[in-house]
Order: sequence, then structure tokens, then C-alpha cells
Amino acid sequence: MHLSEIDWVVMGVYFAFVLGVGYTLRRYVKTSTDYFLSGRSIPAWVAGLAFLSANLGAQEVIGMAASGAKYGMATSHFYWVGAIPAMVFLAIFMMPFYYGSQARSVPEYLKMRFDEKTRGLNAISFATMTVFSSGISMYAMGLLLNLLLGWDFDTSVWLSAGIVLAYILLGGLTSAIYNEVLQFFLIVAGFAPLVFLGLKDLGGWQGLSARLAHVATSQGFAPQAWSSTWHQMGDATSNPMGVEWFGVVMGLGFVLSFGYWCTDFLVIQRAMAAHSMSAARRTPLIAAVPKMLFPFLVIVPGMIAIASSLRTGASGFVLPHKADGTLNYDLSIPMMLSHYFPHGILGLGLTALLASFMSGMAGNVTAFNTVWTYDIYQAYIHRGASDHHYLTMGRVATVFGIGLSVAAAYVANHFNNIMDMLQLLFAFVNAPLFATFLLGMFWKRATGHGAFAGLLSGTAAAALHHGLTLPRGSVPGIKGGWLALLHAYPSEMAQNFWTAIWAFSVCLVVTVAVSLITRPRAEKDLVGLVYSLTPRLRDADQAWYTRPAVLGAGVLAATLLLNLLFW
Amino acid sequence: MGLDIRIPLGVMFTLLGLLLAGFGFFSDPAIYQRSLGIDVNLWWGLVLLAFGTVMLGFGWRAAHRTH
Repeated sequence: MHLSEIDWVVMGVYFAFVLGVGYTLRRYVKTSTDYFLSGRSIPAWVAGLAFLSANLGAQEVIGMAASGAKYGMATSHFYWVGAIPAMVFLAIFMMPFYYGSQARSVPEYLKMRFDEKTRGLNAISFATMTVFSSGISMYAMGLLLNLLLGWDFDTSVWLSAGIVLAYILLGGLTSAIYNEVLQFFLIVAGFAPLVFLGLKDLGGWQGLSARLAHVATSQGFAPQAWSSTWHQMGDATSNPMGVEWFGVVMGLGFVLSFGYWCTDFLVIQRAMAAHSMSAARRTPLIAAVPKMLFPFLVIVPGMIAIASSLRTGASGFVLPHKADGTLNYDLSIPMMLSHYFPHGILGLGLTALLASFMSGMAGNVTAFNTVWTYDIYQAYIHRGASDHHYLTMGRVATVFGIGLSVAAAYVANHFNNIMDMLQLLFAFVNAPLFATFLLGMFWKRATGHGAFAGLLSGTAAAALHHGLTLPRGSVPGIKGGWLALLHAYPSEMAQNFWTAIWAFSVCLVVTVAVSLITRPRAEKDLVGLVYSLTPRLRDADQAWYTRPAVLGAGVLAATLLLNLLFW
Repeated sequence: MGLDIRIPLGVMFTLLGLLLAGFGFFSDPAIYQRSLGIDVNLWWGLVLLAFGTVMLGFGWRAAHRTH
């Protein structure tokens, strides 16, 4: 892809603003709370868009378009089933404890509710994960920019790391949040015209569905397999994902989705930075509105790309093949950018792609520096120092957090399978988390020993399940079955969903069992941390349209409607 | 917190809008063959310009109210 001056100017404007925002904000950072929690002063809509953007990293944009090409419209399950319900639950039921407890991080909530060891386990695994995820994201970006624009891998990695480092170092979390808002609007501005042109080219939704019917039938599926969400979910063999509705609802919709959206500090930090309890509760609900429309921005391009690849004649474009002969679905969005966008708006589209990479990285870095400083450094290494000391530590942590991510990007570049193994390990650690938080917030009898034992056994159960099962057609190893082969799943996705379901169930049972035989904490210590011991929030004095229950119901109704429309 | 995000957001999109719309107005129509004959730079630039101005308007109004 060749760029002209106007494309560079558009990109330059964006980088100037990203750095300018960080530079302007530097004088507002005086305490560690300013740096790590934006002084709890962010308005709800800003926190909400940042909540969404922090999650909108490289994997999201590139990966969702790839899944759109691979699986079609059913990929929206990752939004309409796998995100929205959990975001509503977080807002209405869990945010009162996260925000109300005045915990500065998710691990710190675990320390308040359970004990030091549960916090330690969560803090250390989370900090490791964020550093590696941001490294993997940088690696993906380096590869893509190299392929698209011929940029050198080193240049891409160091340049993006340098920019993110500069603006977080200057303005802390506020800087990250403000830039996430800029990035959100840029991503919409860059991708919306792309989807419009692609759909117009193929003759609208009707034309797209007709072409996707060929894609489906040529692979032995029913014609609507690529353009429907639930229609083909009755049986795992009748849809390209290889999953059935129960696995989608329980594995993705319940365990994985609630485990991510309701416990991951990366997103929850944005809500904790909101200026009031009611703003914190509205944060995920405000995020849910654009979130439910994002399938049209990130999944539909993949569907357009695969439909277009089958087209013969001059106006179509074909996805390139990978070395193993399969189509390179990851290039769906880049291929569309270069096919439909003339210079000028092409710069905007590429800027949107870069913005998504950077917002994902910045999200990881700000979550890392907070957990490192409050939950590892202050808890285990240097207790009782001045606030200024922890503020400095936060800046130091930003530097070495990004340094470690860059190192991880290079490791990923050289040893691809190490990263696959790490991601697998993280999946095992994350899978049981939601059971711990659910019991912690809604069952006052749950104890620290119970939570700790539950987390460890849940992770063990995830590993065991993975070691005993395999997706059909794979060889034992990184894909599973490394202990023995008890069961074969129709697809890798089905195996992932069921690994999560097992981990959650085992964690739930073990936490309950161990809690019942260990001594509970005094009820007076749990006020504000557990549902039954916390005074209910009164929303009656708020305008009806800002009440979380009303907004939540509206969001769920709209999501249901989308599911029915694209059934 | 100190800076109202709508100000930089508004300025950035106003600037991007002007850039794209201006480029779209003066550029060779032949380059729009790939965008199905639509001058996307001009039209989308105007949309971005409108969005940027609205954001700036909100930001200014809020700043005047507090002072």
C-alpha cells in the first residue's frame, strides 16, 4: 500500500493531538490518585467511551473482522451475548461494591473482601498478563504495518511504545482515558465509511447475504449459515463455529463474558475513575450502547471481504493466502482499506487502525502500573511510604511495564509458540475468576481460604479439562489432549467454552465447600463489600432516565431486538 | 479534571474535516473510482467537520457556564 502526503498529514494530526493531550494534562497530576485513578473526577460519558476503547485493541479489530470472514454474522455473539449482559450486570449489581468500597483496584477489593493471599494471586497473575497482552498486541501491529506499509518491525514497535509511554508518563490515567475517547471517535470515523462503501458495492445487506449463501453452501453449510446469528446454532455441526447454543449461552455468555467484563481491572479501572457512584454505574451502560453496534463496524467488514473474495471480475478483491494455503482472514480490514479508500480517507482509515492498537496498549499499561504500585509494590515491597513516593513509582512502573511489553513483542516475534502457551495459561487463570467474585459479593459466608482454594482448583480444572480433550482433527499438544484423550469437541471454540464452564463450576463448588469448613469473617467487617450487608443505593432522587436499572433494561431490550432482527 | 475533552476532540475533528473536505474539493475526480464514484473525502470530511464543530460548541458552552 502506497501512502501520499495527505495520508501522512492526517496521521500526523492524530499523533500531535495524542501527545498534546498528554502534555496539557501533565500539570494536573499531583497525587498518586490523580495518576492512577484520574482523581476520581471523570464524567460518565467519557469513562464509558474509555471503558469501551480500552478493550478495543488490535486483537479486537483485526480478530473480529477475521472471525466475521470465518464464521459470519454469528460472531456477533461475542458482543450481544458475550459482552452486553455482563456489562449491565456489572453496572447494576457489582459496581456498588467496586466503587463503594473505595478500593483502588480490583485486586485491592479482593484483599478487603477476602485476604492478602487471594489479592496476591490475582495481582501477580493480572500484572503478568497485562504486560504480555500489550506485548502481543504490539507484535501483531509490527507484523501488520510491515506487511501493509513496509515499515520496519523495530520502528513500528519502538515508535508506538514511545508515544504511549510519553502520554501516560505525562498525564497518567486521565491521559489514557482522554486519548481513548479520541481513539473511539477515530475508529468510528475511519471504519464507518468503509462499511458503507463495501455494502453499497455488494448491493446492501441483501446482496451481501446472497453472496454469503454461496460461501456457506460451498463449504457444506445451509445458505444462511454466514448471515444469521442463532438460526444454525441448534447443532454444533450445522454452523462454521462448531458450537451449539448451550455452549454459546453458558460458556461465552455466562462464564467467559462475566469473567472478563465483571472482574478485569483493565476495563473496571475506567469506571473507578468516574466522579461519582452514579457515574461509575452508568459507565458500563453508556459503553454498552456503542458496543452493541460495533459488530456492524468490525464484523461486517470481514463478511464483506469473504463475500467479495468469491466475486469474479474486475471489481472484486481477493483475500491473500497464508503459507499453509488457507485464506489470511486477518487482512480483511487492511484489504478493504486499500480496495475502497482513495488517498485522504485512506490516511484516516490507517489512523483508526493505529489508534485501536494504541488504545489497547495504553489500557494494559495503565492497569499494569496501578496494580504493580498499589497491590505489589505497596503491599509487599515498600509499605507506608509517602504518596509522592508511590506517584514516582507509578511513573517508573510505566517505563518498565512498556519495556517488558516491548521485550514480549520481540519474544513473540521469535518464538511464536511461547506466546500461544502463555495465552493458554492466562485462559486457565482467568476462567474461574467470576465464581470467586460472584460468591464474594453475594454470599457473606464465603471466606478467604475458600476463595483461594477455589481459584487454584478452578485453574487446575481448566488445565485438566484442556489436557483431556481435543478439537476434532487436531493433534495432541498445544491444542489439548496432552494427558489423555477422553472427549473430542467439534471445534476449538467449543473446547474453550467448555474449559471455562468446568473451571467456573469447580471453583464455585470448592469455594463453597472450603468456606463452609473455615471460619467466616465478622459481619461488621464486610459492610460495603457484600450485597446482603450493604445498605441499598437509593436511585429515587435521580432523574428516571439516569437510573442504572432503567438504562440497563433499555440496553438489554435493544440487544434482544438486534438478536431477533439478525436471528 | 482541568481540561474538557470536548475541546481537543472538537479541534481535532474540525481540523481533520477541513483537511479531508478541502482535499476532496480540489483532488482529481479520477481517484474516486475505487470509492464507487463517490467523493468520500469531501462528504466524509464535511461530516467530521460538523461533528467537530458541535463538540467545540458544547465545550465552549460548558466553559462559559462555569466562569
